[in-house]
Amino acid sequence: MNSLLQRFPALKPVVLLVLTLASIVAALVLVALFLLMLGKDPLAAYGEMYKAAFGDWFGFSETLVVAIPVLLCACAVALPARLGLFNVGAEGQLYLGAICATAADRYFQHLPGTLPLVSVVVCSFLGGALWGFIPGALRVWFRVNETISTLMLNFVAINLSNYFVFGPWRDQSSGNFVLTAAFATVSRFPMIPGTRIHLGLVLGLLAGLTLFLVLRFTVWGYRIRMIGDNPKVGRYAGFNVNWTVLLVMAVAGGIAGWAGGGEVAAIQGRLRPGISPGFGYTGFLVAWLARHNELAIPAYAVLVGGLLLGGDVLQISLGLPQATVNIVQGVVFFFILGSEWWLQRRVLDHIPAQPEPLSSTAPQSPGAAA
Amino acid sequence: MSADAQGLLSSTFWISVLSGAVRSGTPVLLAGLGEVLAERSGILNLGVEGAMVMGAAVGFIATAQTGTVLVGLVAAALAGLAISAIHALLCVPLRANQVGSGIAVTIFGLGVSAFIGRPFNGRQVETLHPIALPVLSKIPVLGTVLFEHNGLVYFTYLLVPVIWFLLYKTHFGLSLRMVGESPEAADAMGLPVDRLRFVAVLLGGALAGVGGAYLSLVLAGNWVDGMSAGNGWIAVALVIFAAWDPLRAVLGSYLFGGVLAFTQRVQAVGIGISPFLLGMAPYVFTLLVLVISMRRAEKMTGVPAALGALYSRE
Repeated sequence: MNSLLQRFPALKPVVLLVLTLASIVAALVLVALFLLMLGKDPLAAYGEMYKAAFGDWFGFSETLVVAIPVLLCACAVALPARLGLFNVGAEGQLYLGAICATAADRYFQHLPGTLPLVSVVVCSFLGGALWGFIPGALRVWFRVNETISTLMLNFVAINLSNYFVFGPWRDQSSGNFVLTAAFATVSRFPMIPGTRIHLGLVLGLLAGLTLFLVLRFTVWGYRIRMIGDNPKVGRYAGFNVNWTVLLVMAVAGGIAGWAGGGEVAAIQGRLRPGISPGFGYTGFLVAWLARHNELAIPAYAVLVGGLLLGGDVLQISLGLPQATVNIVQGVVFFFILGSEWWLQRRVLDHIPAQPEPLSSTAPQSPGAAA
Repeated sequence: MSADAQGLLSSTFWISVLSGAVRSGTPVLLAGLGEVLAERSGILNLGVEGAMVMGAAVGFIATAQTGTVLVGLVAAALAGLAISAIHALLCVPLRANQVGSGIAVTIFGLGVSAFIGRPFNGRQVETLHPIALPVLSKIPVLGTVLFEHNGLVYFTYLLVPVIWFLLYKTHFGLSLRMVGESPEAADAMGLPVDRLRFVAVLLGGALAGVGGAYLSLVLAGNWVDGMSAGNGWIAVALVIFAAWDPLRAVLGSYLFGGVLAFTQRVQAVGIGISPFLLGMAPYVFTLLVLVISMRRAEKMTGVPAALGALYSRE
């Protein structure tokens, strides 16, 4: 999955960038045709979306607010992808992060100093990490495919979150509204004054940069990349593949957990039903757009964050449902996947490939088996 | 002994759970049979979730507009087929990553279904009536469990042997399994690998569409955004449990339906467990089933050797 650039080192990143942007434009054109058919003005729709998302500083700050969970979830997808693992569970990991952040606020808000905030950050990471560790463990010890298990755990996590919100943690003083008590001021993520941009942005950028540096320059990263290329070679080299899978899935889950922490500890200020409109799945798309390159993820997260934010405007000004944004996301994904065919056919034919890793023509990555 | 526990021990309770197992397992069975076809041809289709949600929306809309359930079901099958055509196009001739494509199809399907279904939020249609089959429904216990259902359940009773026959006893089925086992060999023998895979994915999508319509037309009687709620992915998991065998898919789906029915009946009996904790049961059950199926994976014979692998002729 991540091997296009590794197998074809001469392939310029700029080619990928052009191809990705072309895919996004093609998707927007296709959706525009769809809107035309419905008798809506697509140029007006896109204009409104652009104005809302990037038109002024306030709009852009709100775009960044949406981009934060997307960025964190995309990192949570990209890291396991280096091992050939599909983490489709960022959504559930986000919810576990939110649940544990809320628990931290409930039980640690009376601690002195910055300890409440620290505990929210640590607990949201640990909650997500648990939700990443489970599919990792199922994969390592029971050979259960992580694609299916991460998807199943998303639904478990959402139910678990609802259990707490509707059940033991429900704030009775808020009447008919279903939500938990508001976070204590000391537990909340700090924000840039005048905006809702919060600590999550720092965590996201830090996570992306750290992952990039670790993967690129450390022995640990070298192991991950090697196992991702061919787990057999990794085993022969004496690397503990199982341990690496567990660690990578847990860390990835923890990063997605921060996304949930940010939503409850900064944006909503409390846990409530439906805190995520599918950030985990959007993160999956963004990781793919960035081709699992940690340095490219923030840029695409902002772009797609703008798209999500623009979706709200569509609803208000043009009467188009929020779901239009999901359609655009799906179509962008189609074009990205389709363009990889073009890459393989047209571009790679002219670039000498590096020899395939040992023995097989189709390296059996740990994620490939059903 | 408390009244609750007595309710749980009565035979009417367990008969209604078994009957509910068939009723609630059927949509997953329909999607699962479709997934068996696709995976036997070597294509993993995670887009069944998208095909189901499209089927649920389109089936509901067509039924609400025409007042005829049959029209709704045909429309749902076509919707499932159409959205699966995207997956087929990406994965077969374009050789895209099958996991990525499946997720993309599902995101797209959730979007399109919510878009077209919005005017129908809150509308109701009459759910499909159960029809007690003459003679058969008079059999004690089994009659109630198996033969007092709606027409779609009986349709799947017929569909299961048909798909089994198709896979194991026809030339088409043999070709399909060969393509999933070794596309190289199939190609060398002159079989149209790509066309067979395309057809398998489309058929599978149509069945998933009908399975989705079952959710809106039989179980709910209305349309709710995202009402497939992971049923398509559960179907994919149950195909692994079924070892890619349509007959064993019946067992898996009804087991799953049984868990659903049990949690619903337990609530009806009035035991104070949070509906959200019970709501986790189907997904946790699916995970457990996966663990058990993988433990005996060495003995599995059904797994198509080329499942998910890219094949291009060089």
